[in-house]
Amino acid sequence: MGGKHYLPLTDEDRRQMLAVIGVKSVDDLFSDIPSEVRLQRELDLPPALAESEAIEHLNSLASKNKHFHNCVSFMGAGVYDHFIPSIIKHVTGRSEFYTSYTPYQPEISQGVLQAIFEYQTMICQLTGMDVSNASMYDGGTAVAEGAVMGCGSTRRSKALVSRSVSPFYREVLSNYFNSRGLDLEEIPIVDGHTDLSELEKLLGEDVASVVLQQPNFFGLVEDMDGVADMVHNHKAVLIVSADPLSLPLLQSPADYGADIVVGEGQGLGVPASFGGPLLGIMAARSKFVRQMPGRIAGETVDGEGNRGFVLTLQTREQHIRREKAASNICSNEALVALGAAVYLAALGPQGMREVAEQCLQKAAYTLEKITALEGFEVVFPGNIFKEFAVKIPGKPAELNKKLLEKNILGGVDLAPFYPELENTMLFAVTEKRTREEIDALVRELEGWK
Amino acid sequence: MRKSKALLFEMSRPGRQGYSLPSLDVPEKPLDELLPKKAQRNEPLGLPELSENEIIRHYTELSTRNFGVDTGFYPLGSCTMKYNPKVNEDVAVLPGFAFMHPCQPLETVQGALELLYNMEQGLKELTAMDRFTLQPAAGAHGELTGLMVIQAYHRHRGDHKRNKVLIPLSAHGTNPATVSMAGYEVVQIPSDDRGLVDLEALKEAVDETTAALMLTNPSTLGLFEEEIIPMAKAVHEAGGLLYYDGANLNAIMGYARPGDMGFDVVHLNIHKTFSTPHGGGGPGGGPVGVKERLIPFLPVPLVDKKKNQYYLDYDLPESIGKVHSFYGNFGVAVKAYTYMCMMGAEGLKQASTDAVINANYLMSLLKKTYLLPYDRICKHEFVLSARPQMKKGAGAGDIAKALLDRGFHPPTVYFPLIVEEALMVEPTDTEAKETLDAFAEVMGQIAKDIDQDAEKVAHGPYNTVVGRLDEVRAARNPVMRWEKKVD
Ligand SMILES: Cc1ncc(COP(=O)(O)O)c(C=O)c1O
Repeated sequence: MGGKHYLPLTDEDRRQMLAVIGVKSVDDLFSDIPSEVRLQRELDLPPALAESEAIEHLNSLASKNKHFHNCVSFMGAGVYDHFIPSIIKHVTGRSEFYTSYTPYQPEISQGVLQAIFEYQTMICQLTGMDVSNASMYDGGTAVAEGAVMGCGSTRRSKALVSRSVSPFYREVLSNYFNSRGLDLEEIPIVDGHTDLSELEKLLGEDVASVVLQQPNFFGLVEDMDGVADMVHNHKAVLIVSADPLSLPLLQSPADYGADIVVGEGQGLGVPASFGGPLLGIMAARSKFVRQMPGRIAGETVDGEGNRGFVLTLQTREQHIRREKAASNICSNEALVALGAAVYLAALGPQGMREVAEQCLQKAAYTLEKITALEGFEVVFPGNIFKEFAVKIPGKPAELNKKLLEKNILGGVDLAPFYPELENTMLFAVTEKRTREEIDALVRELEGWK
Repeated sequence: MRKSKALLFEMSRPGRQGYSLPSLDVPEKPLDELLPKKAQRNEPLGLPELSENEIIRHYTELSTRNFGVDTGFYPLGSCTMKYNPKVNEDVAVLPGFAFMHPCQPLETVQGALELLYNMEQGLKELTAMDRFTLQPAAGAHGELTGLMVIQAYHRHRGDHKRNKVLIPLSAHGTNPATVSMAGYEVVQIPSDDRGLVDLEALKEAVDETTAALMLTNPSTLGLFEEEIIPMAKAVHEAGGLLYYDGANLNAIMGYARPGDMGFDVVHLNIHKTFSTPHGGGGPGGGPVGVKERLIPFLPVPLVDKKKNQYYLDYDLPESIGKVHSFYGNFGVAVKAYTYMCMMGAEGLKQASTDAVINANYLMSLLKKTYLLPYDRICKHEFVLSARPQMKKGAGAGDIAKALLDRGFHPPTVYFPLIVEEALMVEPTDTEAKETLDAFAEVMGQIAKDIDQDAEKVAHGPYNTVVGRLDEVRAARNPVMRWEKKVD
């Protein structure tokens, strides 16, 4: 039978242990479970596999999937095929890290705590914020919790969210708000950008926060000029969901007046993994720290003055504050955050800048090539970072099918999220795509339909 | 040998790099042409500059300053720190799992969907639930999802007066926090002198405003709620639903199932029961299962199968929507599924058997030296009180520090709240008898040390890389990031 090699007790051990406990049989240990609820049969599950059989089974499942290693991907919409340096898995693969729990006992958890402290610092450097937490589940929940935080800090109950924010995030946000009895209103878009004059009209005394995304879901760079002033004039909070890989090039959120920065950190060396585990980024100006959800590592000293790190400001958290906590989050995405910190350390300021520049240049090149084709049109005017929407002469699903024959994972169909955007696809081009791959995509598009 | 470790930032030297990128192979345009000047960043990134080998040394040293299950015994109650099988790690990084995009066409993700489908079947059988979503990314996230489903159910029936959720005093902190997140009010139910939920108090508390009862069974004291049937009856008769916090499922696999106890909604912590690693705090996974009548409210999409083709079902008009950007922590599910495949029905039941034997055995050994407030057969964990030791000058937290010096991870301390100076011990199924014997011996030694010199114990630990850290200072004067020193 498989799995026995994880269970060290022998029959002899069990016999001796039952004797010490003072019971006759294992059954006596389960006699507190009333017979009405005792399962009177064995579990009906497939038989146990030996390790080699399990590997074979999992291999066969994995081999039914297409992926970034046997396809060229132009898919984005929040999850991207960026290059992942080898160093990351060698760090996150150290079992002292990955087999540990949340660092409640700081003296034997300095590794994880210091790594989180460094991660927090890097997120602050990227975003310009004063504090970062140790991570949220993903971009969607980070947006939702950011907006909840906005309500907590302003004691108001309404958020405005732009329609150019990822529909995936908006769905999570609306769910969180609906459940909690908070109000959510959408800011319309014009030409793919947040309609700032509409935003101005929607702002009022009841508005806690305004949620924007930079670059937005269509890959467009939003004009942030004056937005923060407009929001702050109404004593509301500006929340920005930012792609961390864009930040080496784009104005930092602190610079244009954001109060809370959230986002998806998958681009920072995290495998796409069919959409999870991802990395929720959560950072803010220091005045919001008491409302911030989740764990935060802080610096302190021991009795001899040696620097060390602990989880701090825990009075925000569920295990201390229970129903008054800022959030219910307990387990987060710590190991993913560790990997992201390794990524940022490896790339450094120069590498991050180069990655961002290559994304920018390659996306611009691809957009130009595609829109030069008959029947393919750029949908929204404006500046893009690494993805863009294109109107295509047919159904996205059909185009993707054709591309798949050449092992290309095409774009994401926008119609399910924006019914007005029929036959429109979102393509992403990361630094990993080569000119050859881009040209191959363009060749396939050419003459389609 | 005490010392602090330099931060990455302090090791940085301008000009070092730990990466290489191919040169740009498309025609380059001037930056200003692609991005307006005012949208461009105008301050340096402030990231450290290091070569790859320096980074590896840094993290290798950090890893030596950290304790994991692979390092030693980790009886952290409620957290089920069982062994994390290595094969799980290997299969989860197969490119056919790790490098898939969530928006890929369905025909390219059949293996992934089959895995999720199979996993759901297994979880249904283990819990007697009718459908599962694997979207929640952790236990607390599962709790929120579950309460949202319950809320949608009540609202759908036009039943808007239910604004309270009952939870026992012994509940984990995420339970009351989740109740607030879902906009509900918490009603605390006291425990009786056996450590179980006070059935009479529960009956008093339920009424037409009760949305649900949230319960962990076995409880955080490691005790099976023997009166679960009358408890369920009382809540159901008042029109409320029962929520099962499955963090403690490791005690009862193959012995009892929440669905058979009357629970309507469950979440499981696959990073506990199903052996996936905790990663220093995450990622985890918190699948939520429901009974038939709640299926319409589950998050979309569900994974389903038609004519041997797997697909994502978005056709749930009453669904609460989404709780995660995509399908949850798929990569974690791969590990949990592998574990389930390897264990099979018999192995999972044996895991629960051994978890319970280990807990009762260790409890028998430890109750000789420590106070055991609820002295009865336990399930997978038990809670001691260090109140007598505290009277001598060293409490639960000090005992924890003394354990660090002797190479053990301590139990959970000061939780559950209903036990003073609580030490919550969960040995799990993957520990050998010798390990438990050694732990009990050390615990006995610590009790003796307290008898002799409590003061000394109260100032430990002595053999760790840093001494006892000043948490009060960290909270009073929070330093949550490194900053460049201006000199
Ligand atoms: C009883 C109980 N419920 C809920 C949770 C929360 O689980 P998670 O940390 O995965 O959010 C825990 C975890 O510590 C727990 O022990």
